[in-house]
Amino acid sequence: MQQNAWNGFVSGKWEDSIDVRDFIVSNYTPYEGTEEFLVESSIKTKKLWSKCKKLLSDERLKDGVLNVDTKTVSSITSHAPGYIDEKYEVIKGLQTDKPLKRALIPYGGIRMVKQACEKYGYTLSPKIENIFENYRKTHNDGVFSAYTPEMRRARKSGVITGLPDAYGRGRIIGDYRRVALYGVNRLIEEKKKDLNTLLIKPMNEENIRLREEVNEQIKSLKKLVKMGETYGFDLSMPARNALEAVQWTYLAFLGAMKETNGAANSLGRVCSFLDIYIERDLKSGLISEVDAQELIDQFTIKLRFIRHLRTPDYNELFAGDPVWITESIGGICEDGRPMVTKTSFRLLQTLFNLGPSPEPNITILWSQKLPLGFKRFCAKVSMVTSAIQYENDDLMSQHFNDDYGISCCVSAMRIGKDMQYFGARCNLPKLLLLALNGGKDEISGEQVAPEFEPYTDEYLDYNKVMNRFKQMQKWLTSLYVNTMNIIHYMHDKYAYERLMMALHDTEVNRLMAFGIAGLSVLADSFSAMKYTYVKAIRDERGLITDFEIKGDYPQFGNDDDRVDSIASTIVKDFYNDLKEHETYRNAIHTLSILTITSNVVYGKKTGSTPDGRKKGEPFAPGANPMHGRDKMGALAALNSLAKIPYQYCQDGVSLTLTLVPRSLGREINARLNNLVALLDGYFIQGGHHVNINVFERTVLEKAMEDPYNYPQLTIRVSGYAVNFIRLTRQQQLEVIARTFHNAM
Amino acid sequence: MTIKGRIHSFESFGTVDGPGIRFVIFMQGCPFRCLYCHNPDTRSNECGNLYSVEEVSDKINRYVPYFKSSGGGITVSGGEPLVQVEFVTELFKKCKAEGIHTAVDTNGFIDSNSSGVNALLDYTDLVLLDIKHIDDEKHKSLTGLTNEKVLKFAKHLSERKIPVWIRYVVVPGLTDFEPDVKKLGKFIEDLSNIENIELLPFHKIGEYKWKELKLDYKLYDTPPADEKDIEKVRKILFSGKLNFD
Repeated sequence: MQQNAWNGFVSGKWEDSIDVRDFIVSNYTPYEGTEEFLVESSIKTKKLWSKCKKLLSDERLKDGVLNVDTKTVSSITSHAPGYIDEKYEVIKGLQTDKPLKRALIPYGGIRMVKQACEKYGYTLSPKIENIFENYRKTHNDGVFSAYTPEMRRARKSGVITGLPDAYGRGRIIGDYRRVALYGVNRLIEEKKKDLNTLLIKPMNEENIRLREEVNEQIKSLKKLVKMGETYGFDLSMPARNALEAVQWTYLAFLGAMKETNGAANSLGRVCSFLDIYIERDLKSGLISEVDAQELIDQFTIKLRFIRHLRTPDYNELFAGDPVWITESIGGICEDGRPMVTKTSFRLLQTLFNLGPSPEPNITILWSQKLPLGFKRFCAKVSMVTSAIQYENDDLMSQHFNDDYGISCCVSAMRIGKDMQYFGARCNLPKLLLLALNGGKDEISGEQVAPEFEPYTDEYLDYNKVMNRFKQMQKWLTSLYVNTMNIIHYMHDKYAYERLMMALHDTEVNRLMAFGIAGLSVLADSFSAMKYTYVKAIRDERGLITDFEIKGDYPQFGNDDDRVDSIASTIVKDFYNDLKEHETYRNAIHTLSILTITSNVVYGKKTGSTPDGRKKGEPFAPGANPMHGRDKMGALAALNSLAKIPYQYCQDGVSLTLTLVPRSLGREINARLNNLVALLDGYFIQGGHHVNINVFERTVLEKAMEDPYNYPQLTIRVSGYAVNFIRLTRQQQLEVIARTFHNAM
Repeated sequence: MTIKGRIHSFESFGTVDGPGIRFVIFMQGCPFRCLYCHNPDTRSNECGNLYSVEEVSDKINRYVPYFKSSGGGITVSGGEPLVQVEFVTELFKKCKAEGIHTAVDTNGFIDSNSSGVNALLDYTDLVLLDIKHIDDEKHKSLTGLTNEKVLKFAKHLSERKIPVWIRYVVVPGLTDFEPDVKKLGKFIEDLSNIENIELLPFHKIGEYKWKELKLDYKLYDTPPADEKDIEKVRKILFSGKLNFD
């Protein structure tokens, strides 16, 4: 059987051990041409997609939630097979028995599940509530049994926010390709071998835990086979053709989605893997190009239909209903060949065939060495859809080699080798205000940080304030690491992602991903103190709550070293302080500068800052310059960003760039060339990530007035894309207030 | 003594002022008072900030990767850059030493025989020559000055074989009169160095600046030029021997 499934593949060490990378490198066919071979959707796909559009519209009309199964705790095998319309579906499988019907995944926390049900007009089954309140502890309960009072205060004030302590942590990417290449039986066999080697190790806490985890992994793999059977597939064996390869990969991902509701659930890097099967079938005449595109279109439709039950608060924080099913394409192989295949193109083509969409979150691993045809096609997709993002492969491949994928927005991980403990972000401007006010929250007046002497001078002195800030940062980083340790200890204990982890090596490398928000606000604040006069204004409580700034000062985003160097120093110092503290399971500290859309909520929770930003005003997203302060045009902003040292923030540095079409050039050909050149130029200087939006401000204004005429208007925010009309009004206004580069 | 340039602003991502991605330097000061000017804030010789050649060159050097990836370079615009010809010359000299493509976006109002302008042309890869009007009377009423120097400069560039892109702003009712456009076409035909002709539609984006500066704007009622206006002028202009496609 296995022999047949692998017929025609170049053999190698991938046959002897689980090594998908080796399989890909030995078997893939790089494609250096243009998009001319691409075709539109098959008739089946068109019929299916028009049904889907109706369902999506119904979902919007029901406040974003079409249906909830309130009576079943979701598991890999909890639901009978579900279909959208079986006769048109080429790739089978849904999370529950009906499309867009959301499942209960209470292991992260029962409270969130209950609230979510209530807010959308449903009632959680009392039996399930009883079980999770009284008999089965959740991750959320675990965390709050261990949190210290100080951690609770920091969390409440918003100096650390977005902690995954009430729902699934997400960010872990299973190597879903393993199921297609090896079949589940082989994967179980290998895991059993690992258990045997673990037997001879001392039974300390780590090894006991790992033994328990591996046994859970094996159980989940067996369940995956059961789930496959309900759809009529035998996942115990390797996929025998392209259709099965896509189907197996998708069901493996789906199985994971049935048990975990983590914030981000990325797909990894499957396209060029699938391309090997597609190429084999094309060569043997089994399928045509239309069939090949049909597979990818239908796979994409299924990815666009993944849903989790969230509270409205969560959706407000992250804008809409994101799952961050990130798929990374492109990049360069260690041997120098581009890893672009025809299926990389086919995935991009789904944005034309099915129209733009935030999911899957298509990420181009950009290298100077990518073929020009592919670069230009990406630029074209950006110009028409604003739906994709770009990350620097030449930079990341030095750390992660050539089989890594992006998790969520900007976090690189070697597929099946690395996993991540995700941990929200620290609000840096808020930390500065705590430092000025002796550890008191400038809004509530509460003592959040340990008490120390508040700042008493009339004017802010750069050195004095910097010293205080650094002291405060030492307190915060210690607290932050310890908080994360609790969260991930409890998550491993109560909401372990067994299927995702079954699709990793047993001896996995762990990363702990910290984050910062408000970098440009903080850099500009220190720049103002250094290069002009900033007077502190105190309120009746004696707290500094406002500032008077005299004159101009260098601002981040104008390629001005005076302030850009401040930003770099902030990042380095923060990372170095984090590294002082021990992590759970010896995870490696990493740092990102990424806010998703929470820059709006962070701003809301933060008083006025010394850069001139007023209380409650949004921060810039990710590592972006503050709105409207980047006055020298797009490339100056890119150059400022490129100076942030990636080795200190290997979890990613996010930039969102919005260009009006005419700013790219007079005609289409010049626009394509200039966008490609912009990306080449940015990445050659060490920039890490950029979202490219190409549209006029007026389009967004019209969509605000008349959302139903813009159901698929997609824009990139910070590391991912959203449906513009699903943003809150405040988020929409913030997006419109951002710098639109429109030089003429 | 180091020469300083009076500069209005910089744009790091210029894509419409010459080939590829351009770092654009907007110089302060202009002798013309064009009715349709969209940068009236660059007219005065007093405003802006002073920069040395080194300071500007340091900025420019940060964009070399983009120039390389796009076949771009720098464009000095304004205002009218030739007002500060010595500064621009020094800047171009420095850029050429670094291998950077140089373009100047000018209205051509300069004495072609002056040593200043000829020194500049030694370091200029491309001139974007903005001919405001071919008819001298109309040129005067449009800009306040004669076009005599401009046309002479165009011929001078042709003799020196400096590549030129002609730019012509199409303003409905002001610059689209058929006999004028024909005459312009004839004039261009006789030049040997023209690589490109750009017809720029008159737009109203700069109108707010006139209001801010409390200047008397005469074109509030003039509509912006649309595709048809441009097409009309293009047809007339290319009805003779001109051909760039």
